[in-house]
Amino acid sequence: MEKRVVFRSRWLPYLLVAPQLAITIVFFFLPAGQAIWQSLLQEDPFGTSTEFIGLENFATLFADEHYLASFRVTAIFSVLVAGFGLAISLVLAVFADRVVRGAGVYKTLLIWPYAVAHAVAAVLWLFLFNPTLGVVAHWIKGLGIGWDPLLDGNDAMVLVVVAAVWNQISYNFLFFLAGLQSIPKSLIEAAAIDGAGPGRRFWTIVFPLLSPTTFFLLVVNIVFAFFNTFAIIDAATGGGPGQATEILVYKVYKDGFKALDLGSSAAQSVVLMAIVIGLTVLQFKWIERKVQY
Amino acid sequence: MVERRPLLDFITHAVLLLGVAVIAFPVYVTFVASTITAEEVLAAPMTLVPGPHLLENYKEAWLHGAGNSAAPVRTMMFNSLVSALVIAIGKIAISLVSAFAIVYFRFPLRMFFFWMIFVTLMLPVEVRILPTYKIVSDLSMLDSYAGLTLPLIASATATFLFRQFFLTIPDELAEAARIDGAGPMRFFWDVVVPMSKTSMAALFVIQFIYGWNQYLWPLIVTTQEDYYTVVIGIKRMIAGGGEASVEWHLVMATAMMAMLPPAVVVILMQKWFVKGLVDTEK
Repeated sequence: MEKRVVFRSRWLPYLLVAPQLAITIVFFFLPAGQAIWQSLLQEDPFGTSTEFIGLENFATLFADEHYLASFRVTAIFSVLVAGFGLAISLVLAVFADRVVRGAGVYKTLLIWPYAVAHAVAAVLWLFLFNPTLGVVAHWIKGLGIGWDPLLDGNDAMVLVVVAAVWNQISYNFLFFLAGLQSIPKSLIEAAAIDGAGPGRRFWTIVFPLLSPTTFFLLVVNIVFAFFNTFAIIDAATGGGPGQATEILVYKVYKDGFKALDLGSSAAQSVVLMAIVIGLTVLQFKWIERKVQY
Repeated sequence: MVERRPLLDFITHAVLLLGVAVIAFPVYVTFVASTITAEEVLAAPMTLVPGPHLLENYKEAWLHGAGNSAAPVRTMMFNSLVSALVIAIGKIAISLVSAFAIVYFRFPLRMFFFWMIFVTLMLPVEVRILPTYKIVSDLSMLDSYAGLTLPLIASATATFLFRQFFLTIPDELAEAARIDGAGPMRFFWDVVVPMSKTSMAALFVIQFIYGWNQYLWPLIVTTQEDYYTVVIGIKRMIAGGGEASVEWHLVMATAMMAMLPPAVVVILMQKWFVKGLVDTEK
């Protein structure tokens, strides 16, 4: 869609896009280009010698079992975050959609966790799950289950998944609720008249009609788990114990800033960029069907 | 509601109340921990009844900070506020003018610029962290407000949102402005900006929260305590040192203060918040 009426000026449009473009070039394209270039080089941490080695960094990377382990951790983490995040918020949204009086109050009480920083959410749950002084940790131990996220990899995974899901529920909830409210009431009423109970109506009408929202949220949640959970991992577990919660974005940071393995870190950046581009294309494929530009 | 089902209504409220309670629980415990003494926090399990030390804990954290990070919370809250405002307002300003140029002018490279901005959606800061750090360091912007905010200001989503919105402004308005002899900037200030106020408010809420809650970027560009934001300040307070040296009661007071501004923004501006969330995903 284009405007029929436009203004004419030789220089004004360039001046108007200049600030945006300047920042985009300096802070997006230069670094991305540098990451791609760096991923083809081998450099020592002090930058004294540099050698062009082609795709060797990538070959080393994919032969590195730590990197492959990090892929596995990321996959498990994002499946858990997306699965639990979507399931819990769908349940809450379905029930909130039923409420006639007080729906607004429930909505307000369920959306505020979106405002809590990921790192702060991680610290709150770290405190609750702290093996010596955490309240929840105490309850878990009371059930006779061993609990120590600092030593046990599975416990640490539970900690970061809970923090991430808690942080993301409000977002999913809002979109599910909007999706539910846009389903025509006449369909539901027709089914009710035909004798379908609430469970049957949900599975045969509501859930299928909600599938575009569900698919969209699935992609958003996977992107969230892949890229935006850095703060949760860093503040709660630091990728540990061992490598148990070291997701890909955390490994890029750790290898680049702590181990100063620049070539490998850059190659990992390039792999991640490829993943983001894939996910974004997927997301826009969905949007194309719904929104006209 | 389609039919009466008292049992289901009961279950509905029970599930929702349970959800609200579980979601609020961590914040409640945090609040309790911020009102008791350090010794009481360490007594496992901690009490779940608020204590009488609220004011002194908050005052201590506000004026002196806690643990390994000596930065007082007031400094960090100020830094967070500055970065969140600069990021939110900066994003809105540069996106508004660039979207205006792309919609209301025809010029060579127009679509190329549009795609350049679009592509940045695909490059979250997490994946290009090291080279971006290098550039900011080469520009000697480490430990400065410019370094904290500028790299986060470019926004494809805001540009898209405004572009979408401008396309819905009737052509007759631009035509009338041109016939009346108004130039493009006059049209921009007198017609486009006032009409975009709702979109701006919605974006402001989302971007303010985004800016306030930044973590990775402030973590690496700030080394001096003077420039810590409150979110990374909390992390510094619990990092390093042994378990016992963490002053949890002060950390939790800081966490409460860190959560407050964005939570207030979301709750008070809920309508715009929801609009912003939904619009930025289109």
